[in-house]
Amino acid sequence: MIAGMSERDRIVITGIGLTAPNGNNLGEFRESLLSGRSGVTPYEIRYIGATVAGVCHFDELRYQKRKDLRRGTRAGSVGIYCASEAIADAGLDWANIDKSMVGVYVGVTEHGNVETENEIYELKGFDYDTKFWSHHHNPRTVANNPAGEVSLGLGITGPHYTIGAACAAGNAGIIQGAQMLRLGECDLALAGGVSESIHTFGIFASFKSQGALASHADACRASRPFDLDRNGIVVSEGGCLYALERLSDAKARGAKLYGEIAGYAMNSDASDFVLPNADRQAECMNLALRRAHMAAEDVDIVSTHATGTESGDTQECAALRRVFGDSQNTLFNNSKSFIGHTMGAAGALELGGNLPAFSDRVCHATINVDRLDPQCALDGLVINEPRERRRVDVILNNSFGMLGINSVVIVKRI
Amino acid sequence: MTPAEIKEVILDILEDIAPDEDLSGLKEDVPLREQLELDSMDFLDIVMELRKRYRVQIPEDDYVELSTMQSTVKYLAPLMKDLQKA
Repeated sequence: MIAGMSERDRIVITGIGLTAPNGNNLGEFRESLLSGRSGVTPYEIRYIGATVAGVCHFDELRYQKRKDLRRGTRAGSVGIYCASEAIADAGLDWANIDKSMVGVYVGVTEHGNVETENEIYELKGFDYDTKFWSHHHNPRTVANNPAGEVSLGLGITGPHYTIGAACAAGNAGIIQGAQMLRLGECDLALAGGVSESIHTFGIFASFKSQGALASHADACRASRPFDLDRNGIVVSEGGCLYALERLSDAKARGAKLYGEIAGYAMNSDASDFVLPNADRQAECMNLALRRAHMAAEDVDIVSTHATGTESGDTQECAALRRVFGDSQNTLFNNSKSFIGHTMGAAGALELGGNLPAFSDRVCHATINVDRLDPQCALDGLVINEPRERRRVDVILNNSFGMLGINSVVIVKRI
Repeated sequence: MTPAEIKEVILDILEDIAPDEDLSGLKEDVPLREQLELDSMDFLDIVMELRKRYRVQIPEDDYVELSTMQSTVKYLAPLMKDLQKA
């Protein structure tokens, strides 16, 4: 995508706002990833009882009033926090920015389950008389809610919407933002993903019924992609929104540059509701590489999607072998081992946690690997301890989701 | 419930739906929406909370009666006189 492109078409990351179960800004998150600090804790939710989850502890009142929190959703609150932090981090002169040229593109795995479950739970106390159903239910559950709350909270009058892309959504949000900047639909894109999924019992129950909900006596050890003793997914909440700008605009204002969106791709498995497809995943990675005019060897770090299910981990590793089998350069890591699966936020958060590698030249590890699954024994898999590199110039970020949706984003040091 | 108790009920509800507001200086005869940051959804919250907490049904045509604290208490007094404050 870069070769021959003008600086108006080249898209760069100028700000990052995030909340993860082990950090509420990039510095804290990165420190946790390098020091092996998990954010997964014991957790209880109605009907499920004791389980584990990744819970965020960001300051909700930094950018919202108590009334805003009561009115809106957790996903909206996560979005407002991340967007506000990204704007501050980007050093934008927010008061003087044309808000009609700001676009908000927020990836979500699902939205509305939390509020619907809460309403039905309340309604049970009123013998299911719908007169007691809240008038807030619709504005809280419309699919654009998290992006809409960002628009309302920050006074943004440009386009806002969510991108429903299961667990590929974080990358999909970034891709959407980059595309809209190239089309001239906005001058600043706030793009990435959010998740409030730990507040819906349904997601835990459904994974449990599928035999894919993680459990472990020590919550910190529950999320263990690539390990033979993995037993499923740790559900987590979180968010990560990027300030994306055209390179020409970013340079003109002397902005800090985290990296350039060098390539991306999305495709579909068209093969199963839940089972991943290594062929399509490999095609998606290859397409992103082709668009970036890169070879596998050019990629220094692959941030894997692996969730801690046997099928997911092994299929992705098969795809990675196909694409990177001949690369002597590429390292592989995994962030879910630290924070669980932050669903719609996962792609954006996992990329974010890796971006500081451009300057500190360290590939963070995948933790909780005590007995490596031989099917996942990739050369270059960074296990349990971070690994230093001479330089890191290119990061490729995988995110895949149910219904066979695959997304890949490649970011280049600039 | 006495008129004074009904006023307490309304203040309890307002504390929940407008948690950032100082209710101590609320004037009895001035419309609530002129004194507090209340929009139509908040106003519906007052109606819903009265329904949930005391099963008081307020027809839509009567919403105008809930303009001020004074008019609200006056309107609710006959509807809530036989109820106990929760």
